[in-house]
Parts: sequence; structure tokens; C-alpha cells
Amino acid sequence: MDTLSGSITQPTHLHTAHLKRLEAESIYIIREVYAQSRLPALLFSGGKDSVVLLHLARKAFRLGNRPLALPFSLVHIDTGHNYPEVIRFRDALIAQHGFKLVVGHVEDSIRKGTVKLRRATDSRNAAQAVTLLETIEAHGFDALMGGARRDEEKARAKERIFSFRDEFGQWDPKAQRPELWELYNARVHPGEQIRVFPISNWTELDIWQYIEQEKLALPEIYYAHDREIVRRNELLVPVTELTPKQRHEQSEVISVRFRTVGDISCTCPVASTAATPADIIHETAIAEITERGATRMDDQISEASMEKRKKEGYF
Amino acid sequence: MMTTTNTEGLLRFITAGSVDDGKSTLIGRLLFDSKSVLSDQLLAVRNARHKRTAGEQIDFSLLTDGLEAEREQGITIDVAYRYFSTANRKFIIADTPGHEQYTRNMVTGASTADAAVVLIDPVRALDEQDNVTLLAQTRRHSALLRLLGIRHIVVAVNKMDLIDFDQQRFEKICDAYAQLAAQLGIENVRYIPVSALSGDNVVLRSEQMPWYTGLPLLSMLESIELTQAADSDPAALRFPVQLVVRQDGSQADDFRGYMGKVAGGQLHVGQTIRVLPGDQTAVVKEILGPDGQLDRAVAGDVPTLSLDRDIDISRGDIIVAADAHIIPRRAIEADVCWFDADPLDLKRKYLLRHTFASIPVRINRINKVLDVSTLLNETGSDQLRLNDIGQVQLTLQKPLVSDSYDQNAVTGSFILIDEVSNNTVAAGIINAPALA
Repeated sequence: MDTLSGSITQPTHLHTAHLKRLEAESIYIIREVYAQSRLPALLFSGGKDSVVLLHLARKAFRLGNRPLALPFSLVHIDTGHNYPEVIRFRDALIAQHGFKLVVGHVEDSIRKGTVKLRRATDSRNAAQAVTLLETIEAHGFDALMGGARRDEEKARAKERIFSFRDEFGQWDPKAQRPELWELYNARVHPGEQIRVFPISNWTELDIWQYIEQEKLALPEIYYAHDREIVRRNELLVPVTELTPKQRHEQSEVISVRFRTVGDISCTCPVASTAATPADIIHETAIAEITERGATRMDDQISEASMEKRKKEGYF
Repeated sequence: MMTTTNTEGLLRFITAGSVDDGKSTLIGRLLFDSKSVLSDQLLAVRNARHKRTAGEQIDFSLLTDGLEAEREQGITIDVAYRYFSTANRKFIIADTPGHEQYTRNMVTGASTADAAVVLIDPVRALDEQDNVTLLAQTRRHSALLRLLGIRHIVVAVNKMDLIDFDQQRFEKICDAYAQLAAQLGIENVRYIPVSALSGDNVVLRSEQMPWYTGLPLLSMLESIELTQAADSDPAALRFPVQLVVRQDGSQADDFRGYMGKVAGGQLHVGQTIRVLPGDQTAVVKEILGPDGQLDRAVAGDVPTLSLDRDIDISRGDIIVAADAHIIPRRAIEADVCWFDADPLDLKRKYLLRHTFASIPVRINRINKVLDVSTLLNETGSDQLRLNDIGQVQLTLQKPLVSDSYDQNAVTGSFILIDEVSNNTVAAGIINAPALA
């Protein structure tokens, strides 16, 4: 093996020509959801992918300088175990633009008895599926857009952009609708739904390049900050009320940032001093561990855990 | 039509070929050798339960076979999408299944691809006297690639390590494929000998095959030239209307706009256009892009237009150049690939979706069905079953503004939907109308 012919992405010369095509594809998809569905909604958590998705939705319906009216509500499934910075960011953004936000609380599902946890401090991440389905039913949504990306996880890599869910909200990976060209089929019977992933074809690096290009604001915990953590199973576990230090564990305060933000009980930061999108782009381009691998405790349980959760109605 | 080419931006390609030709392994190798596989993914693959390789050797196919059933059975059921970048290009790979029963998933991956890598397993293609017989699935996939008009085809003869990296046998297989390509009408095929398992000629040039002087696969994919829309012929304008939007402000700022995606040609402010099928004329007043006002829009752009007068336009209408030669038709001929377990029923009505239009349609006649093993057409059949490709006559309830697929893949393609199950049951490719 002599020459290294395919020169690999180096952080020094990143190209952005493809972002325009990804943006156009996503705008097209978002408009198509609106055109084909009776009552669509967009899942918005305040995380970076949903910030990009919301920005694309605004671009899809913006008419020059005229005031923008987003033609659907935003939905957040709130586990109750959030980083306060993210909720503050979410509420500020909603207030700034006057969007309509529907919040489904996992806490309500626990109170009703539709979600049962073994221990009160257990991760509520998987329980989100139950609350999501209850929220969809209560509001009658027939199409939900989400910011999941195919490069995140191997089950997601298999999912269609317009993904059919039966009346139990379940995904059947063996019977997906063929999806040809850009001819999307969002037809459903009453009670069934379509989940749509307009940024399916974006990678973590694309997201950060776009955040930099469009100057999008994010919750501050995406950038380097000092935080108390313990080192556990090769993850940096933040020390919080929900994730306390275990006996014999030593905590330390180091500079970290979050690559993904979810339920406190299952999201971990990475060691980093990256303070700007440009710094993060540099780190992402040379990262050796995937986004979810570095940060998600819930994906490590079994080889198929995302697939399993999706079959149960998860996003 | 004047076009320029470039190598920047985004290339989508698929892998095609039969089961066990090593498609997933090749992609795994491409990702691994281009440093696109990260350490935790590698660890997960090393620890995986359903491994098909012995001992310490990594089973690269596990990087793309993401579903539990796929890992258990060691096959690819559905398309997996993978992403990687080199210094000048982003790549999207659709890793498509080889099994015949999953052909519809292969077509899903191929419909948006710019290029295809067709894998051939030489061990199964060659007999003891070194005569070549290409597998039925290689022929079927190639027929589908031709049907879908994939312009760049790379034939990768895999597992060269199992035939002693032998040039003669490689060339025999290339000759056999060249015959198939000629029979199907496929042009511009490139050939490359590889071993996905050991990485020869995937990212790195092989030391085992000095007789091969061409590029390794990744470099070949980097050098494929993409057509740029910017210089395309203004008369070829096709702008299917996705959404009609209104904003009633004050009287002075009552805005009516038409959103869509430019599917060919160019739009510019001041241009006289026609709206089909109603055949009304207007002038483009304003073009709004995602970042504000534009003077013009080209293929791939998703602008919102406003016109100088109020005319009746709905989702599914198509805006064309004032002097375009295009006649809306209620009868079309098309090649369709059938995806549903229930065969095509000539007595039933289906819903045809073409750009943004949905039109009830009947299939009057099956002209012929392609036998993929002989590549001969059978006539006189009245059945089109799962995975069959047939040429049919359709009658639409309303006139359709269409092109032949060769001229424009967007306005030349459609899907059929079963209105009872809501399933997508077929993909269709519109043929040029017969000369009167």
C-alpha cells in the first residue's frame, strides 16, 4: 500500500459547498410535510439539531422581510430532568419569535401511571416515547418533524425521511415504504402518523458548519465551561442531584462541553476547551469517538437499543 | 445544453450487486481506510455477537448492517445511509440490499444516486474453465440502474485475493459486463479490481496488482464530475408548484407566492412564464430565496415566486418557459417497477403522484414484462408482480404535465399509491411519446 490517494478531511481545509444543497433539501421536506399533513408539528428541545431544524423551518416559510408566521406548533417532550440552561434558552427563543409551544411532561405520564420507573432517579429517556404518543393523541397531530440524523446511530441510518408509524406509534423496520426520488408519501389512516426527519442527511460536522455560517445561538452548555464530573466507564458523568457521586468516586472540576443535550440522567459532556463554533468544527473534524458514543449512557446497553426504542414509538 | 462540471459539493452513490458480493464489507472498508470509522464504533463491531469473520479480523459489514434481523441473518435488508468527507467532497452512500425480495429498497437508494458501484464476486461469476456467467441479481440491478438513468457506473470486481489477483480473469469479467452494458444501453462504465476484505484498491492502491494502472475506488469517486445547473438552458425551465402561500397585510402588501423547487432551466425576474396545465401567462415579479431576494434561481434551488398578476395556480401545476414545447397528456407510457406483494390489478384505480400533483390513474395495458435473467421482454402478460419491471399504458383522470425521464428525471418520474393501504406500490419512469 503506497500512496494515500483519498485525502481525508483535515480541519484546515473544510468545504461548505454542500451546505446549500442540504439546506434546500431540508426546506423542500419541511414544506412537503406542511402540504401533505392535516396537523403537523415540529419537535423542539432547545438542542442543537432542533435549533437547526427550527431555523430551516423559518427559512422555509419566510417571505422576504414580511413577518413570519410558522404554520405549525412546536412540541417538546420534557423529561423533567433538564439542564436549566437549555430550558431557559428554549423559553427565550419561543418568546422572542412568538411560536406556539406544546409541552408534554413525562412527570404527567408517571402521575397517570402510564410510565412506570423502577427507581425515581432512573433515566426517563425511554419513557419519553410514552409521553410523546400521549401528546400526539391529545393534540391530534398526524405528522411530527424531528431533528434526528442518520449519522447518529445505526438504526437511524436505516430509517426513511418520511417514516410511517402504525396506530401504536411503532416503526416496523422490515416494512418501510419505498421512498423514491423526492416523491414523499405522507398518507396515513386516522390514528397512524408519519415521523419526518428533514435533516436526515446532515452529519454532526455539517450541523456545526451551518451553526457557524448562520450564526445560530445555542444554549451555553454546548461551549466549554467548568463542571464537576466523575470519570465512570470511560464517560465523564456530571455530578448532579440525579447523578450523584458514588461511594469511593473522586470528583474533579474540568473544562467540558456537551456534544448532545438530553435527559440529565443519560447525557455526558466531553472534555473540551472549544469556546466557539469554529473551535468545535475543528474538534469535530478530528474527533475519534462518535457523538452518541461519547455522551449517551442509554445507547450502550445493547447493540440494538435505539432500534428497540424506535419500535416502541421513540423518535 | 451547456453545462460545466465540478468536483465540489456532494456525491450520492449506491452499492449494487448480489448477496455476498461484499457490498457492506466494501463500504466498511471505505469508511475505515478513509478514517471515517470512530473508535467506539470499531469497538462495538469487535464486540458484536453476530460476526462472520474468524478470530481478531474485523467484520466490516457490521458497520452498516444496523438492524437486529440483519445482524442475525448476516444480510442487508434495507438501505443504510453512510456519510464521509474527503478534502473536496461530501459523500452519501446508500448501502442497498442484494436479495431479490428487497429490490424495492435497492430502487429507493438508487433513485437519488449520482453514481453506482456494482460489485461482482469473481468466484461465483467464473466456472472451472473460467467462463463467466453474471448472476441474475447483477443483471437485475444493472437493468434497474439503466432504468433509473444512473450516469456513472463503476464495476468493482471484488475478492481479487481469491482469484490470485489475476489480470486475465479480471478482464474476462469486465468483458462479460461490457456485453451486458451494451445490451442494456449503459454507457461510460469504469472497471476496477479490488479486495474489500484486505483493502486493495479501495482507498489505497494495491501492491498485489501492479498491472492495474487506474485510480483506487475512492479517488475514482472523488473525480466523478457533477453537472452544474447554473448554465442550463433557460428554455428548459420546469418549476413544479409545491405550495401556494398568501399573506394578507395591508392592501399594498398583499402577497401571493408560489413555493417549489426548480427542476430544470432557470428563472429570472422579469421572465414571461406559462403555468400548465391551465396554460396561463404571467411575468415573474419577485424571487425570494432562503436568504432574501434573488435575481434568478437555478435547478436545485427552492425559491418562492410572485407574479405580476393574479392567476389561478394550485399545488401540482408546473411553471414553464413561455416558449416551452410541452403538451399536457392524459395518456402516457411508462416503465414501472412493482413493489407491492399484491400484484398490479388492471381493474383497480391507483393514485399517481408526479412532482406535487396527485391524480387518479388506471393502467390499461401491460405492453411487456422484462425477464431479467434473459433481458428479453415477454409480451402478452397481464400480470405485474413484486419486483417485476414492465412497460405499461396509463390513463389519467386529468392531463399531466410531464417530460420523458431521459429529458428530466423530476418531471419524468412518478410513484403509484394504493389508496386503500396508502402504500407506495410502484415507481414509474415516463417514456417519450411515440411519434404520431
